[in-house]
Amino acid sequence: MGKKLLIHNDKVANIHTLEVYRAHGGYASVEKALKTMTPDQVTDEVKKSGLRGRGGAGFPTGMKWSFLAKPEGVNRYLVCNADESEPGTFKDRYLMEKIPHALIEGMITSSYALGAKSSYIYIRGEYFYVARIVEKAIAEAYAAGWLGKNILGTDFSHDCYVQVGGGAYICGEETALLESLEGKRGNPRIKPPFPAVAGLWGCPTVVNNVETIAAVVPIVNDGGEEYAKIGIGKSTGTKLISASGHINKPGVYEIELGIPVEEFIYSEEYCGGIRNGKKMKAVVAGGSSVPILPTELILKTAKGEPRLMTYESLSDGGFATGTMLGSGGFIVMDEDTSIVKNLFTFSRFYHHESCGQCSPCREGTGWMEKILKKFLNGTANESDVDLLWDIQSKIEGKTICPLGEAAAWPVAAAIRHFKQEFLDVARNKKFVDVSHYNRLNKINA
Amino acid sequence: MKVTIDGIEIDVPKGTTILQAARMIGPEVAPPAMCYYTKLKTSGGYCRTCIVKVTQGSAANPTPMPKPVASCRTEVMDGMVVENFTNPDILEARKGVVEFLLINHPLDCPVCDQAGECKLQDLGYENGSSKTRYEFKRREYEMIDIGDKIKLHMNRCILCYRCVKTADQLTNGRVHGVIARGDESEISTYIENIIDNDFSGNVIDVCPVGALTDKTFRFKQRVWFTKPVDAHRDCKTCCGKTRVWLNGEEVLRVTARKDQWDEVEEFICNSCRFDHKKKSDWVIEGPSPVLRNSVISQNHYEHLNELKVQIMKQQKALGFMPIDKKP
Repeated sequence: MGKKLLIHNDKVANIHTLEVYRAHGGYASVEKALKTMTPDQVTDEVKKSGLRGRGGAGFPTGMKWSFLAKPEGVNRYLVCNADESEPGTFKDRYLMEKIPHALIEGMITSSYALGAKSSYIYIRGEYFYVARIVEKAIAEAYAAGWLGKNILGTDFSHDCYVQVGGGAYICGEETALLESLEGKRGNPRIKPPFPAVAGLWGCPTVVNNVETIAAVVPIVNDGGEEYAKIGIGKSTGTKLISASGHINKPGVYEIELGIPVEEFIYSEEYCGGIRNGKKMKAVVAGGSSVPILPTELILKTAKGEPRLMTYESLSDGGFATGTMLGSGGFIVMDEDTSIVKNLFTFSRFYHHESCGQCSPCREGTGWMEKILKKFLNGTANESDVDLLWDIQSKIEGKTICPLGEAAAWPVAAAIRHFKQEFLDVARNKKFVDVSHYNRLNKINA
Repeated sequence: MKVTIDGIEIDVPKGTTILQAARMIGPEVAPPAMCYYTKLKTSGGYCRTCIVKVTQGSAANPTPMPKPVASCRTEVMDGMVVENFTNPDILEARKGVVEFLLINHPLDCPVCDQAGECKLQDLGYENGSSKTRYEFKRREYEMIDIGDKIKLHMNRCILCYRCVKTADQLTNGRVHGVIARGDESEISTYIENIIDNDFSGNVIDVCPVGALTDKTFRFKQRVWFTKPVDAHRDCKTCCGKTRVWLNGEEVLRVTARKDQWDEVEEFICNSCRFDHKKKSDWVIEGPSPVLRNSVISQNHYEHLNELKVQIMKQQKALGFMPIDKKP
């Protein structure tokens, strides 16, 4: 059994209430930090822990915190990115739904480290019921004196607010999130300046993922070095993985970074193998935007080493033969899956979610979706595969925010590894069942 | 600060963007810009036509920037090395951007009033391909009247946000004017609020394409058949310095004066723009400077006959027969 630090209590009855959470050792990190540590010591522990951002990019959290500008007399903010919208990712929802106080505890401890007087939890619009759970937990925390003025009799005062988004994927991009939080249209800002210098209302701001903030709790409790013992190399600690697709046991799993991918998919502790005794065809390892990999490349790297669940091992070989850990949305596809149809689903999503600010993404995502629709209609030509490749290469890296990449990478990877399948569909050798989409179109009409 | 663009070094003050530095050197290195507008704060960064490759971040940190950057929004660092026209990847990427801008553009230049002074035409001519790879139905919108003087033709819009910024920065009480998102984004009816303002007509001048046109000029004349002259009048609202577009004695339209980057020098008021359409309203200073590569400069036919005689004289002197008199 791997060690669990974040959701070890998830099966405890009523763990969402402050009373039960406290009885299981909750809010110890706030006590420890506020009473025995300085803010810089907390930041140091996070640095020592090697914790990396769990939202997808994997940027070292301690470093992000130390970049925060600290001018005199200017407010600083901590913003929690709970706009978990990447298809295939649902770990933050699980955490907030089951143990909302873990997030609030992390928010208080992190805000203490950053010197933030107020913090915001930006929850995606579709998670309105989760927002209610978190709001309730915040009210409990206020009543018990964990939030508000002079927490635990110290000088530290803190307010935490919940803001529900309007349901746009783009608002998961940190600067778009800040725009939305300010009450504006959720368009990503042009960087620099980065949020660490000019973020929310022009003040220095740190934006962290739910899981990242929750991970601060065990780091402060046990010490950064203890946390860093888990995992391999620069991938330390535990990670929540949202496993979905054609597996026997879909769900949210907390893994120690460094376990082999094969173990994660086939062991009874985690996914429990492919359902109905089928063979695995491909895996999207970190949410829909990361490159898809065929079975032989997801289990073993191009060098023949077993692939591990770490940031480094999954990205081994670059995008030619590797992928990314991303946000941990682990989608497994069995041998019956049509990659073409799967790619259409992803592309349709990115087209729908493009904010429309910059031209390559605004126009390119729609174009790619239309071409992929031709494949489903049976009207595609072989040359359309090359056209798709060319379009994605002209979007990637040329946009304001990473949505362009998120839209381009899945297309590139699907063509890179499954080109034959696209060609087969184009030659009408294979039938793509589109009844599912016809039904959807009827609903939309 | 020293910055090198396409091999040409220039000294610029701190806070200069790459685009501005390139414009200081000259048009031979300046990247095209569809959305950036010097006069409008926070403009730029959207169209991605001005992307350049930074091969050396600064003298202190010489690592190249991993992705192409929008030159209009990236400030120079001391010792920065930038590649624009010398980098084939950038040219290819720019070609891609032009293609993206054109896939949903109606290409109705023959009936568009902007033709001849359209930045998208120039950009397409310089960087586009002659054939489209887009085979789907183009996006379509209804035309919108913004007040009684301005026509919004969303089909032609490239969402550069210039009009939004103009409306934002010249008027009060507006936040933004784009509704919907992605490729369904639309410069919206909210922008109609600006008709109450004396300076609303400037959105026509900043529009790089034919999305916003002057209803008092629509379908009157192709721009290359008009004669632009700089003129002024005593105006209480604005500077009064304008460009008057003449056809004989008739004033067809009035616009603001534009510099060599096709940007408005000073914004003008609606009264000057729409209500003073008599030659006697204006003190004419002289012909406007027109860029050599502009189609408008091709219009000066006055000396055509003289030119013909000259050519024939030279042909005779060299012993050539005129073409139509060949046996």
